[in-house]
Amino acid sequence: MSAVCFYFKIHQPFRLKRYRFFDIGNDHYYYDDFANDEIITRIAQRAYLPANELLLQMIQDSGKKFKCAFSITGTAIEQLQQFVPEFIDSMKKLVDTGCVEFVSETYDHSLAAIGDEEEFRRQVELHDKLIYELFGQKPKVFCNTEFVYNDEIAAQVYSMGFKAVLTEGAKHILGWKSPNYMYSPAGAPKMKLLFRNSKLSDDVAKRFTDTSWFEFPLTADKYMSWIAQAPKEEQLTNIFINYETIGDSHPRETGIFDFFRALPRFAAEKGVEFWTPSEAVSKLKPVDQIAVTHPISGADEARDLSAWLGNQLQDEAFHKLYSVAERVHLCSDRRLLQDWDYLQSSDHFFYMSTKHFGDGAVHAMFSPYESPYMAFTNYMNVLSDFIVRVEEQFPLSIENEELNALLTTIKNQESEIEMLNKELRAIKAANEGVKDNEAEEAKPAAKKAPAKKAAEKKTPAKKTTKKKTD
Amino acid sequence: MKALMFGWEFPPHILGGLGTASYGLTKGMAENGNMDISFVIPKPHGDEDKSFAKIIGAGNTPICWRDTDWDYVKARIGNVMDPQLYFDLRSHIYADFNYMNVNDLGCIEFSGRYPDNLLDEINNYSIVAGVIARTLDFDIIHSHDWLTYPAGIHAKQVSGKPLVIHVHATDFDRSRGNVNPTVFNIERDGMLNADHIITVSDLTRRTVIEKYGINPEKVTTVHNAVEPLNDELKNVESHKMKEKVVTFLGRITMQKGPEYFVEAAAKVLQKVHNVRFVMAGSGDMMEKMIDLAAQKDISDRFHFPGFQKGKQVYEMLKASDVYIMPSVSEPFGISPLEAMQMGVPSIISKQSGCAEILNHVIKTDFWDIDAMADAIYSIITYPAMYNQLRDEGLAEVNEIKWVKAGKKVIDIYNKLLNQ
Repeated sequence: MSAVCFYFKIHQPFRLKRYRFFDIGNDHYYYDDFANDEIITRIAQRAYLPANELLLQMIQDSGKKFKCAFSITGTAIEQLQQFVPEFIDSMKKLVDTGCVEFVSETYDHSLAAIGDEEEFRRQVELHDKLIYELFGQKPKVFCNTEFVYNDEIAAQVYSMGFKAVLTEGAKHILGWKSPNYMYSPAGAPKMKLLFRNSKLSDDVAKRFTDTSWFEFPLTADKYMSWIAQAPKEEQLTNIFINYETIGDSHPRETGIFDFFRALPRFAAEKGVEFWTPSEAVSKLKPVDQIAVTHPISGADEARDLSAWLGNQLQDEAFHKLYSVAERVHLCSDRRLLQDWDYLQSSDHFFYMSTKHFGDGAVHAMFSPYESPYMAFTNYMNVLSDFIVRVEEQFPLSIENEELNALLTTIKNQESEIEMLNKELRAIKAANEGVKDNEAEEAKPAAKKAPAKKAAEKKTPAKKTTKKKTD
Repeated sequence: MKALMFGWEFPPHILGGLGTASYGLTKGMAENGNMDISFVIPKPHGDEDKSFAKIIGAGNTPICWRDTDWDYVKARIGNVMDPQLYFDLRSHIYADFNYMNVNDLGCIEFSGRYPDNLLDEINNYSIVAGVIARTLDFDIIHSHDWLTYPAGIHAKQVSGKPLVIHVHATDFDRSRGNVNPTVFNIERDGMLNADHIITVSDLTRRTVIEKYGINPEKVTTVHNAVEPLNDELKNVESHKMKEKVVTFLGRITMQKGPEYFVEAAAKVLQKVHNVRFVMAGSGDMMEKMIDLAAQKDISDRFHFPGFQKGKQVYEMLKASDVYIMPSVSEPFGISPLEAMQMGVPSIISKQSGCAEILNHVIKTDFWDIDAMADAIYSIITYPAMYNQLRDEGLAEVNEIKWVKAGKKVIDIYNKLLNQ
C-alpha cells in the first residue's frame, strides 16, 4: 500500500505601481490595484474557482477518499477577499467536507526566515490566525516560502509548535535517498520532515502540456501507476503544485481537469490512498535524520536562494528592508504594518534577478517589469518612502535600545495609571457606600492624582478623566 | 576571399560613428582569417592602420591620363599609395574625363568630409570607383553607408560581382522623418541594386523594409561591436568631482534628443542637489539647449563644455557616474558601449539599435522624461544599482566583439558567392 499527498499552493503578491522618485515623501500608496485585481480575477475565474468545484466533486464522488492540503498566503487571501470574495465561500464549502487541511506558511510569502527571526515568527502567527478565523483550522504542518529550509529554520519552526515541515526534495541534499519517506531534521530531531517529490510534481506542473516530452500525453492511469510502482517501503509521495496549474498554466482545453477527475478512480484501482499531511505525520515514523546547513529552496536549477538573493540589487534591497525591522516592530500604525507586510513578499526580489538574461525565462515571465533594474528602482523608491514614514514615527537619532527603554517606560506608566485608577475607583465605591458626605471631599483629591500623570502622557490621562466621569 | 570595400571615413580621421564601425568591422573580418580587403576612402592621410586592409585613396586614383614618372608619383603620393598601384590604375581609365577639374596627376581632389557640395563628391567618388573596379581583382563589393552606394553600384556594373551594402543609418534617422528626397533616392537605389543588405540593428532593418519597400529576404542584421580599450585610455587621469555627474556625449542635434535630457535633469534637480549634468558636443541645437536650461533655472548645474575629441572623451567618461543617450532614432549608437567599457552605467532610449543587444543598461522611451529622471535618480542614489550596472555592464560589453560581427558578414558573403 502506498499513499499520496497533494498540496496546492496559492500565492499572489501585492504588485507595486510605477512609483517615481519624486513621489517619495508625497505618495504613500504603493500598489497597482488595477493589475492586482485583473490578475487575481483572471486566475480565479480560469483556475481557482473551477478547480475548487472539481475538488469538491472529487471528494464527493470518491466518498471522501480524496484528500488534499492547501497552502494559501495571507496576501493572496486578502486579494481574494477583496476582488473574488466568492472564492472564500467556495473554499469554506471545501473545508466543510473535512478532507482539506491547511498548511502553514509566512503571511506574505516572505524570506523573513533568513531576514529576521522575530519577523518570521510574527508572520507565521499572523498567517495561522487568519486561516483559523476564516476556516477554523490550526495548521500543524509548516511549509516555508518556496520551500526555503535549513536546520536553523527547522529549529525555529519546531519552537513554534509545528509537528512537521515540508521542503523541496533537492537532489544535492537527498543524494541517493528517496523523497518518499518520512525523515527528521537535524535541527529539531523531534519534528518530522517531509520532502516534495519534484519529479512527479513537475510532471503535472510543468510537463503536462509539453508535447516534446517522451511520456506525453500524461494520463491519470499512467500517473497513478508511477506512484503505485514505488517500492513497498516508500510509503508517501508528496505532490506539491501551484493551484493555478489546474486551469491557468494548463488551460481547460489541455484536459487538466479531466486528468484530476480521473485520479481517485485509478488510485482506488491501484491501491493508492490519499492522505492529508497530518495523517501522514501521525502514521509514519522517521527513517533517518537529514542535515541541511545551507538554505535550500524549490526555485531554479540551483535549488538555492539565488532566485531572490545574490546579485547586488537583491542584496541591497533585502538588507535595506530588514534594517528597519526592529523599528517597525515598535510601531503600532496599522497602515505602516500592512505596507511592511506587503513589501516583504519574496516576489519583489525575484523580479530583480538578473539570471534570466542567461538561463530560463521564468523570472521574466512572472515579472511585471521590463528589466531587473526597473524592478529595483521601483522597489527602492517605495522602500525609501516607507523608511521615511518609519523614521517619522521614531527618529533615527535615537538608538534602538534607548527607544525601547522609553517605550517600556511609557507602557509601564500606562499600566501603573490603570492600576492606580482601579484602586481609586474601589476606594471611591467604598467611600460612597459608607459616607455620602465624605465622598464630595474625596473627589478633588482624586482629581489631583491623575492630573500629575497627565503631564507624562496624554492619552492615558484622557482615559482616566473619562472613567472618572462615569 | 577578396573584398572591395567603399567607405567614407577611416580612423584616425573620423567625423562620426561610421569610421569607427567600418574600421572595427574590417578588422574583425580580417581576424577571421583568409580575407583580403581593399578599402577605398576619399582622402587617406597616410597614418591609417594598414595591417589588415589595403587602403586606396579615391583622391589618388587617376581618371585622366597624365604622363608622369615613377619618382614624381612617389614624391607626390608615396606616403599614401604605392606608385605601382597608381600606374596600374592609370592603365584602366575608361573614359575621357578631361572636362573635369583634376590635378597634375589626373586625380579628383576630395575633401573626405561632408562639404556643402556633398552630392558632387559622391558622384566623383562613383567615377573613381569605375577605375578601381576595372583594376583590382575581387570577389565581392561592400559599400558602407549611402555616400558610397553609387560607387558600389558602379563597381557592380563594371565587374558583375555581387554587391553588399551596409546601412549604418538612413535619412529617416537623421531627419526625424522629414527625409531629403535626393538622399532617399540614392539610398533606395543602392538598396534595390544590392544583392544583400546588412543593417546595424533590427530597428534599421525594419526601416529599410517598411520605408524603402525592400524584400525582407535580402536584409540581414549584423549588430555593431566595440573595440577593446587599450590600457592608456582605461587608466586615463581625471578629476573625480564631489558631486555626481550625468553625461550626454554626442552631436547636439534633433536626432539625439537633447531636450529630453534637459527636461529630465530639471526633474532630478528638484529632488537632489549634489548632481551636475554635462552636455558635451556641438550641433545646431546647442544654443536652444542653453536657452532651455536657463529657462528651467538649472544653468548653474547644467554644463556645456563643447566638442570633445580623442582622449578628452575618455576623461569625460571617467569622471561620469551616469551616461545618457536619449536618441529619438539611433540606428545603432556605439557610444553607450564605450561608456560601459569605462565602467559608466548607461541609460539609453529604446529607440536605439544597441538596446537590442544590451541587457545591463536602463532602457526608456526617448520621450519618457519621468522614467529617465527616475533612472538617473536610482543610479546616483542607490549604490547597488550603480555597482551592479557597472560590473555587469563591463562584463557584457567585453563579450561584444567585432570578430563575431565579422564572422556573420563573411557568412553572408559565402552565401552570396555560392548561390
